[in-house]
Amino acid sequence: MWLRQLKRYFRSKARMVGSLGQPLLFLLALGFGFGPIYQKAGGGNFIEFLTPGIIGMSIIFTAVFSGIEIIWDKQFGFLKETLVAPVSRINIMIGRTLGGATVATLQGIIVTIISFFIGFRLEHPASLLLGLVMMFMIAMIFTALGTAIASVLEDMQGFQLIMNFLVMPLFFLSGSLFPLDNLPKAITVVARLDPLTYGVDGLRGILIGQSHFGLATDFSVLAVILVILLGIGSYLFSRIEI
Amino acid sequence: MEKIIVVHGVTKKFGDFVVVDDISFDVKKGEIFAFLGPNGAGKTTTIKMLTTLLVPTSGEIMLNGKNVASEKNEARKAFGIVFQDPSLDDELTAIENLHFHAVLYRVPKKTRDSRIEQLLKLVELWDRKDSLVKEFSGGMKRSLEIARGLIHHPKILFLDEPTIGLDPQTRNYLWKYVQELNEKEGITVFLTTHYMEEAEKVAQRIAIIDHGKIITMGTSEELKKQTGTDSLEEAFLKLTGKQIREQEVTARDSMRTHHQMWRRR
Repeated sequence: MWLRQLKRYFRSKARMVGSLGQPLLFLLALGFGFGPIYQKAGGGNFIEFLTPGIIGMSIIFTAVFSGIEIIWDKQFGFLKETLVAPVSRINIMIGRTLGGATVATLQGIIVTIISFFIGFRLEHPASLLLGLVMMFMIAMIFTALGTAIASVLEDMQGFQLIMNFLVMPLFFLSGSLFPLDNLPKAITVVARLDPLTYGVDGLRGILIGQSHFGLATDFSVLAVILVILLGIGSYLFSRIEI
Repeated sequence: MEKIIVVHGVTKKFGDFVVVDDISFDVKKGEIFAFLGPNGAGKTTTIKMLTTLLVPTSGEIMLNGKNVASEKNEARKAFGIVFQDPSLDDELTAIENLHFHAVLYRVPKKTRDSRIEQLLKLVELWDRKDSLVKEFSGGMKRSLEIARGLIHHPKILFLDEPTIGLDPQTRNYLWKYVQELNEKEGITVFLTTHYMEEAEKVAQRIAIIDHGKIITMGTSEELKKQTGTDSLEEAFLKLTGKQIREQEVTARDSMRTHHQMWRRR
């Protein structure tokens, strides 16, 4: 299952490039566009601040999407083939999630590498390893979320809905693009409810040493959410009837 | 003879709608058994219940002596299936599709490659093994699916309307191949179709199902004798009526209204 997801990923080069385009555009346009203002306001280097956010973004988009791919499998019948196999549903779900998460993490790594070229620098080179763990955790959470959603949805019609009402808000309200200090009350509350906030904050803490909540909080919040989502995901997945 | 499929009092409801209504039958080991019925009669639902995709509302199903409800994975090992619509991964090559299946069914590593090679040669796709499935024709996909269903040496092969959309040559070839398998390896075959002549040619026993109930069961000779007709097709029509099924009529109606709307513009 895991291998299949990887093979599909490398096979669709077009998708790979396509899904890289958006984060890069964000990174370049926002990074260089807002950079001067950010610096004037005393925030320091905006590219450095933004990069973890954009890494988070490329991960969440890829992850949710690979979870949603189950709908394709449903429509093209491939899911049936896996469901009649003598393997428990939980294992199938976990294999899929691992596969999707790996792909999403790869995507995150590529964005990281590219960001080096436009001036992103690490605090410590060794922190990259811990960063990987963090990326993988974010990826797992959102693939599980995608899987859970896909188990309930019948066709791709609902997909746009999810992109607009779930993934986009999760991204924009997560503090990927702006610092979490001194925000209006409402945004602060929403940002705190958003799992991606902790993911991006954790990445920021690891990669550039600026963290709002502290790494311990980030990790524990993410771990709890991951367990809950995996639970919901496997439950919904095990109830699929075709 | 040993019974390999035993279905006892199985009913499936979707909400209030009864799709399969208290059916019971059994299939002997090494037999080719056909399920005939008009559209919407409950054929596919029955196959889905037999293959653990759907859970029956009530009743009991035994495959190869394993209870489908309580020994799911054991029962799943006993059969291979070719679904009504293709279920291959288009983005993978032929051999990758088979490999994936072999891993899922835990075919031992040692025999995996040789078994895949043997089956691909059998369905004459060995020289296309590294092509992506999306480049295949409908007939090739079907053959590949059959090959896939056989990898783990199943005792039962389910075929759900396997010849839909295939040209006569491929159809002919496919049935010849299924019969060979049945004779040589003693695989029990359970198939559904609504091509009468196919069922008559291939199957040893036939059950006719309509409105979720089995109307009659027997060899094609018996069915003809029972209804006093010369061909299975006539027997079938006599038993299920000549009226076109509701499902089809509504589809046609909606097409007609569309058509009228177009003209009005």
